[in-house]
Amino acid sequence: MAAVLASVTVAATTLAACGSDGGASSTPAGTSGEVVVFAASSLTESFAEIGVAFEAAHPGTMVTFNFAGSGDLVNQIAQGAPADVFVSADEPNMAKLTAAGLNAGDPVVVARNTFEIIVEPGNPQGIVGLADLARPDLLVVLCADTVPCGAGAAAVLANAGVVITPKSYEEKVKGVVTKVTTGEADAGIVFTTDVLAAGDSAVGVAIPADVNIVNAYPLAVVNDAPNAAAARAFADFVVGPQGRAVLASSGFLAS
Amino acid sequence: MPVVVLAGAAVLFFALPLVGLVWRAPWSHAWQYLTDDGALTALRLSLQCSLWATLLSVVFGVPLAWVLASVEFRGRSFVRALCTLSMVLPPVVGGVALFFALGRRGLVGQHLDEWFGIRLPFTTAGVVVAQTFVAMPFLVITVEAALRQLDMRFDDASRTLGASRWYTFRRVTLPAIRPALVAGAVLAWARALGEFGATITFAGNFPGTTQTLPLQVYLSLETNPEEAIVLSLLLIAISFAVLVGLRDRWFGRGAPPGEWA
Repeated sequence: MAAVLASVTVAATTLAACGSDGGASSTPAGTSGEVVVFAASSLTESFAEIGVAFEAAHPGTMVTFNFAGSGDLVNQIAQGAPADVFVSADEPNMAKLTAAGLNAGDPVVVARNTFEIIVEPGNPQGIVGLADLARPDLLVVLCADTVPCGAGAAAVLANAGVVITPKSYEEKVKGVVTKVTTGEADAGIVFTTDVLAAGDSAVGVAIPADVNIVNAYPLAVVNDAPNAAAARAFADFVVGPQGRAVLASSGFLAS
Repeated sequence: MPVVVLAGAAVLFFALPLVGLVWRAPWSHAWQYLTDDGALTALRLSLQCSLWATLLSVVFGVPLAWVLASVEFRGRSFVRALCTLSMVLPPVVGGVALFFALGRRGLVGQHLDEWFGIRLPFTTAGVVVAQTFVAMPFLVITVEAALRQLDMRFDDASRTLGASRWYTFRRVTLPAIRPALVAGAVLAWARALGEFGATITFAGNFPGTTQTLPLQVYLSLETNPEEAIVLSLLLIAISFAVLVGLRDRWFGRGAPPGEWA
């Protein structure tokens, strides 16, 4: 027990030390300790990869992620959760953080994403476009319009003039993916990157660019970030060559 | 008196979050949120589904508890563990597991669909299934514990006097465990009423069909935290009313055999 307490104390002292020289901007010497990144759930795979690359490029750092719906993350930060960096899946949720005076500096868009129809492997229902989603024999699921993927899907459908009655409004984008990959639903509308992340268990059907929506992912360093120096280094890393490469390979459009 | 201090700390631990909700609740708009059509629909669905889940838990759970408590057989511990597994399973995983069993492509579900045209996902029946899955263990454990403590001589007396096993169960055993049965049913009901993870995973979320009050609370937390707080307080108030109301009437001592009619 004493040993555990001792090591916790050491860790806390180290963190405090990192925090105190946080003003040392982006010199590698000031970049160490834990960086806590709150990121939208559609960034799960790509940001996990960026985190590993960041740790390799900055020895002595450790990136800890909290992936959840953007709205949840804003609420958590507003309630005092110790976040260094926040990446939203849309601009309205970032605007909420800004309105609450919780970000240091202007948000930077780090990635863009479009929408695709997600269907089972082999597309057994022969879905070729948005109009098919109105077929009464199909089970379609969407995100709730309270989350970015749902608001986007609604806008895409409105642009295409297609009216559908989904079977379910999921609370997060991965909920739509799960319904399709388990075969419970025939189709859904998700981010292009989610189709790619699903690997062999789903395929995408493209949505024409003239009705599609481009969704921006803004990143901001949180005001009073416990580890501001490392937070800024992480933000720079995401928009740097390595971060861009990972995002591109995950299917994100260049920012 | 350390016991009182610790007990007091426990009470505070439960009371403070509730006080926090009450403190943050937008009382001036509360009525408007409560009488919103969407909220009323979700509330009605929540009450219906949780009562069905409680009924199913009693109908299947009491016999299960009786078998676990009074029939010796190999693998009894295994069966008991199996039937209470859903208490420790993360509900979202429970929902996915239900897909694999009862979904459109599931082990049994594909035949339900093929032979009877029954589909559970995205239906109100699916909500009841998900809630029963997570709620029934609470009833089984409570009732089994009571059955184990029961003085079996009453049963033996009834049987030697010529009563059938079923008659004895109904007129001697059940009345003796009434408080535990009620407590277990209330626990199961409360668990079903607050169920979120398994429901949204297995049954989805659609207003009027599968969107129960906890699902609506979770979704409105994203956009309208005020509404979420008011609706949470509504759920708490209903559970409170039932728990407090039942307390004196039903939770008392077990009735002597024969009084249950």
